[in-house]
Amino acid sequence: MPPNTTSKDARVVALIGNPNTGKSSLFNALCGMNARVGNYPGVTVEQKVGRLSGTTETIDVIDLPGTYSLAARSADEAVAVNVLSGEIPQQAKPEVAIVILDAANVERNLYLFSQIYELGLPVIVVMNMWDRVTSEGLTVNAELLAQRLGVPVVCTSANKRKGIDELKKTIETTLCSPSVSPRSDQFARAMFPSVFHDEVKQLTEWLESQGRKPSTYQVDRLLIDSDGHFQKLICQSGLPDIATKIDEARLRLQTAGCKVPMFETKARYAWVRKLIDGAVVRQESRSASPSDRIDRWLTHRWVGMLFFVFVMFIVFQSITLFAKFPMDGIQWLQAQASGGVEAALDPGALRSLIVDGVIGGVGGVIVFLPQIAILFLFIAILEDCGYMARAAFVMDKLMTTVGLSGKSFLPLMSSFACAVPGIMATRTIESRKDRMVTLLIAPLMSCSARLPVYVLMVSAFVPDTKYVGGWITLQGMVLMFMQSLGAMVAIPVAWLLKKFFFPGEPATFLMELHSYKWPSPVVIYQRVWERLVSFVVRAGTLIFCTSILVWAAVYFPGDHLSLDSSVSTLEQLQSEVSEMIAKNPPAPRGSEAPIEDPNIAILQSKIDEAQELVNEQRSKLIEGSFLGMVGHRIEPFVKPLGWDWKIGVAVVASFPAREVIIATLGTIYSLGSDQDENSQGLQHQMQIAEWPNDGKPVFSLATALSIMVFFALCAQCSATLMTIRRETNSWRWPIFSFVYMTTLAYIGAWLTYQCFRFWS
Amino acid sequence: MSLSNISLDDLQKGESAIIVEILGDDVVASRLMEMGLIEDEPIAMVGRAPMGDPTEYAVRGYRISLRKSESVRVLVRREP
Repeated sequence: MPPNTTSKDARVVALIGNPNTGKSSLFNALCGMNARVGNYPGVTVEQKVGRLSGTTETIDVIDLPGTYSLAARSADEAVAVNVLSGEIPQQAKPEVAIVILDAANVERNLYLFSQIYELGLPVIVVMNMWDRVTSEGLTVNAELLAQRLGVPVVCTSANKRKGIDELKKTIETTLCSPSVSPRSDQFARAMFPSVFHDEVKQLTEWLESQGRKPSTYQVDRLLIDSDGHFQKLICQSGLPDIATKIDEARLRLQTAGCKVPMFETKARYAWVRKLIDGAVVRQESRSASPSDRIDRWLTHRWVGMLFFVFVMFIVFQSITLFAKFPMDGIQWLQAQASGGVEAALDPGALRSLIVDGVIGGVGGVIVFLPQIAILFLFIAILEDCGYMARAAFVMDKLMTTVGLSGKSFLPLMSSFACAVPGIMATRTIESRKDRMVTLLIAPLMSCSARLPVYVLMVSAFVPDTKYVGGWITLQGMVLMFMQSLGAMVAIPVAWLLKKFFFPGEPATFLMELHSYKWPSPVVIYQRVWERLVSFVVRAGTLIFCTSILVWAAVYFPGDHLSLDSSVSTLEQLQSEVSEMIAKNPPAPRGSEAPIEDPNIAILQSKIDEAQELVNEQRSKLIEGSFLGMVGHRIEPFVKPLGWDWKIGVAVVASFPAREVIIATLGTIYSLGSDQDENSQGLQHQMQIAEWPNDGKPVFSLATALSIMVFFALCAQCSATLMTIRRETNSWRWPIFSFVYMTTLAYIGAWLTYQCFRFWS
Repeated sequence: MSLSNISLDDLQKGESAIIVEILGDDVVASRLMEMGLIEDEPIAMVGRAPMGDPTEYAVRGYRISLRKSESVRVLVRREP
């Protein structure tokens, strides 16, 4: 059984509702945190199925995407309709639809209900966020509503775990009792004009004569939604005449004074009004609510802007500041583990696999966890208290200039720290197209892994020129340019993506602004935990595999025997020296001039010799490895960028993570892999490197700039690509990202090199 | 349609009006109607975002944010 479908022996119910009704909290409250997450066939809509806990029967709950209507214009809405009508392959038709409403906004939420009601499934209404009803000055008579609707109504506060048991019981009793189909004369569609009913009858007859068996619901939608989901489906299924039939019918409706699609919404809202009359009462108060008073400041022209900047400042300071300690801790643990393995095992393939492949790979996954946890902690708090929507409200104007909406701001901003949590944060964007564009340009933002590469190149090759009495340095300006290059390139890229890859309907930004409330710790904990687990399980395994593959490409097919023996000699010597030092501790500070043990000095020079040999052998081996072969092969392609094969190898080897280039350059230049961006030795080696044929220096300002531009724009980060794979549920988009970013990087680096090569 | 009809975008902060018509029959128009912006329904302007767009409105007991490109599609008349 695929993990993402419901099991055969389980009874199936579906959970559906408007966005922001606390649907995911309710789902977690019903099923615990063990949802099976997958993908609906053919579309990038997440499919979430959980098992109801604490019931006698096995009951699966399908969590449908949040939607305002069943008019099926987007993939999300189409999935909701298809699931409810049992048209998803390998998934049983749900027996009950659980419709979740925001109890503080019953009127608008009942619109969706009126459509679901007409599908003919038994329905349970859940009034969630019930605790808000009193605080917002509302009186809601749930019993009266249940009576009028003829369906069970359960009141819950999912974030406080209230009403959950009652809902479970209601689900069980509804499943046990013989299903009573709702009476069609009670449907909102009974209030549609009679001309419309005539047209539905006519079209149904015509479709039946063509051998189709459409449901009334489908025919309704065919007539109402111009260019809707069902029309597309039926046209594709080889019934091209249908388009003209529908157009004629719409024209007749128009002349009869029945405006499509207006009459539907009008009838449904009128139906809702009648239904809630006397059951939902809002106390009209002239004074502003507390939420309004907060909002007056938080969306104020100046105060609101300053507050927004302040919140973003706190969020990103926390990511860089608080994530640093656990990340250092993880690196320390990694070093300890490597040291332990090195002490226990003799040099060889197994040790190399464990130290460089496994430990490095695991470390490469968990090093992201602190940043993800902190970012999602803030996102969860901001979303749950209601500020997130305001932040999007405040930033929207700015983001529309690049064709996105205010909701893209936070994910893009977080990508300056690291694209992995940034891409995961695009979940908060409801519009699929906006989300995809944001997700695809997020890796262009200059993340913290690019900085070491810039620092190395800038300090080695950019002249230390100072202007305005030392206040402005050329190095600083180059660094700033590199940091902002990706964001600048992202603007036209976003525009092109919107234009050519995600065209179509104009972006709407109808966004609900909920009243503020205190965030719920349960909801926050669940959100953060869910994101961490999903990253480790779904993206982490792929990141780990990439790191093993790259290790193998560096290790094989060279003969490591002589290197292993030199490493053994080196380690032997090192342990001898530490033993000696332990026996003769250095003289305490302040005493007479320390007596240098001549034996230690001799050993030390031997160690240096051995280290040099090891570094040299490592450098030879990497040249002969699969990776080195690739490096030599691609030399003709990277030569126009001003690179030799060594740089090519280092760039290819940095695929698991950008900053790896520094360690690889260290190995290739026989300095050992423990180099960092401030290493004088590496800077010096790069400065003196020469082309073998004419003896000209390999690295010039032009080459250094071309490498930096390449790194600013390339997708050399397997974690980012695997996160894109995980978030889009398809290999298409990580491959697309890699190809478009590498192309951009190549062109950028080429232009840079060609412009600057005659400079110095 | 009387001459006193204005666009929703013309409302000042704190002003309210009655919806007369949603212009057009495309996705934006149906979305607006689905969100409860239907003729004869009162709507009030709550405030604009710091950069002048979008704008927050109160309708059917909840708050909705609309961009100028959407609110100009909503025809309203001021309450007498």
